[in-house]
Amino acid sequence: MAASPYLRRRLANLAALAASAAATAIGLAFLGWILWVTVQRGLGALGPALFTGITAYGAEGGLANAIVGSLMMDVMALLIATPIGVLAGTWLAEYARRSRLGAVVRFLNDILLSAPSIVLGLFVYMIVVLPMSNWTGGRVSFSGVAGAIALALIALPVIVRTTDEMLQLVPGTLREAALSLGIPSWKVTVQVLMRAASSGIVTGVLLALARLAGETAPLLFTAFGNNFMAIDPLDKMASLPVAIYQYTNDPAPALHAIAWAGALLITGFVLLLGLAARGLLARHKVAHD
Amino acid sequence: MSSPIAIATRAIDLRSRADARHDAWFRWLLASCGLLVLAALLGAALATLWGGREVLFGHGFAFLTSAEWNPVSGEYGALAPVYGTLVTSLVALLLAVPVAFGIAMFLTEIAPAWMRAPVASAIELLASIPSIIYGMWGLFVFVPFMARVEPAISATLGRLPLVGGLFQGPPIGLGLLTAGIVLAVMILPFICAVMREVFQAVPVRLRESAYALGATTWEVVWHIVLPYTRGAVVGGIFLGLGRALGETMAVTFVLGNSYAITGSLLMPGTSISSAIANEFNEAVGTHRSALIALGFLLFVVTFVVLLVARLMLRRLARREGA
Repeated sequence: MAASPYLRRRLANLAALAASAAATAIGLAFLGWILWVTVQRGLGALGPALFTGITAYGAEGGLANAIVGSLMMDVMALLIATPIGVLAGTWLAEYARRSRLGAVVRFLNDILLSAPSIVLGLFVYMIVVLPMSNWTGGRVSFSGVAGAIALALIALPVIVRTTDEMLQLVPGTLREAALSLGIPSWKVTVQVLMRAASSGIVTGVLLALARLAGETAPLLFTAFGNNFMAIDPLDKMASLPVAIYQYTNDPAPALHAIAWAGALLITGFVLLLGLAARGLLARHKVAHD
Repeated sequence: MSSPIAIATRAIDLRSRADARHDAWFRWLLASCGLLVLAALLGAALATLWGGREVLFGHGFAFLTSAEWNPVSGEYGALAPVYGTLVTSLVALLLAVPVAFGIAMFLTEIAPAWMRAPVASAIELLASIPSIIYGMWGLFVFVPFMARVEPAISATLGRLPLVGGLFQGPPIGLGLLTAGIVLAVMILPFICAVMREVFQAVPVRLRESAYALGATTWEVVWHIVLPYTRGAVVGGIFLGLGRALGETMAVTFVLGNSYAITGSLLMPGTSISSAIANEFNEAVGTHRSALIALGFLLFVVTFVVLLVARLMLRRLARREGA
């Protein structure tokens, strides 16, 4: 027993290694558990009725209006967030890389990236839904446009950050070569640098879309949800996550099955987007070497 | 009569002046987009402050200190939701930090090279699963599971002195502990990603010196790697805390929505975000204002937490650069 310092250290090391491997197993187990349940319960409810029926018909219904609403709002959100985000990211990388204001914006963008999405929903409720409702006398209140703006606020920091990072990776020699030809700097930025970073920027947009697709909280009081098919952007609009939320809160098991099918659709979509983004990024890296 | 050379010079002059003008416009356009990010954050704070003014300024400190939340009698105290938010986030951190540390250690020090990339991507997948899926899984799968496990928890942990009271209550599955565990799984990948990244950034010569002196893997991690990366690790933990505080959907499903402040983790509770999600669309007048005021509170708290997180992370990045 007296000669035990070495033994004690080795035992401590062994215990730490085992605990570390166990932690990894726990993490992977939860991932497997969640994915397995989603696939198993979702596949059972997957069928053509899901894409033809609307949510108003309950157990016989589907998610057609929710899928259309989600697609419309996601596309609108990207149409708002992509130009603003790419331009803002370009500003950070090309014009404010070392300025104090740029550092502050970059810092706050990182905070916006993990800000609670429900507060962003409240924000859009205050600046879009309420004024619209007052202005039109309550005819237009919750709307697809408001939902899209809330989602755009979530997409914006993702796009700003990836654009900034990708442009910083573009070699400085490219910049100098273009400028030395006498090309004005805005043309250098748009036609040379952005093109060089294009696959990285597209990756950012895909990652942003992956985050939007599952967002529920900010849509509750901006787009609200709609049990019928609505394609007017000024109408209340259904979305996949909100429909899942409503169905899950309902006591009827038949509706839970539809909710699981919706969950499988969203999870599959998000994972596919993640793979696509990763693939694009990998190709990008190879191209630069 | 001007010479051809003079005409050409004038044309070039005009051209370069136009270029300069376009450059200025372009720069101005980009800068205004950049400032929109600032405007979004500031606007979110001001809009929720404005929307909650009736309760924030009208009720003053009573809003923060009262535990009474009763829309019928018009009483709004934020204590119960604030308590629920803090307790669930704390439980989540207590569970997620050691597990994230274990995974980060496994991925940087222990696992064979072929295993590292796939396991790391799998853990990252946890971050990309939408929170509504966590909520459904929590409600339909994890809550029933917890309802089966909770009697055992009460019988063992509940007997302990001092902390025993935390683990006593009806085995219904819903409650602060369940919400904390679901949150822990959700924030695990964020904390783990930061830890892994900074562990990898530790200079190889530090590590190798320690190994050369005969240190074990655990000693290298505990005495060399962790002290070197302490600031960033704390930053990563705060990043996870910021996520946990603001998380809505998953918590809403498994928390049980009861405005009671209880000493037991097995009892149902409420949180700021789930109160807003549950009640906002049925609320009018003062009730709505109280919910927006809760949102303002949440925004301020998460902003401070994330600010600390980013400052800690930035400090390490700067030291690395030096």
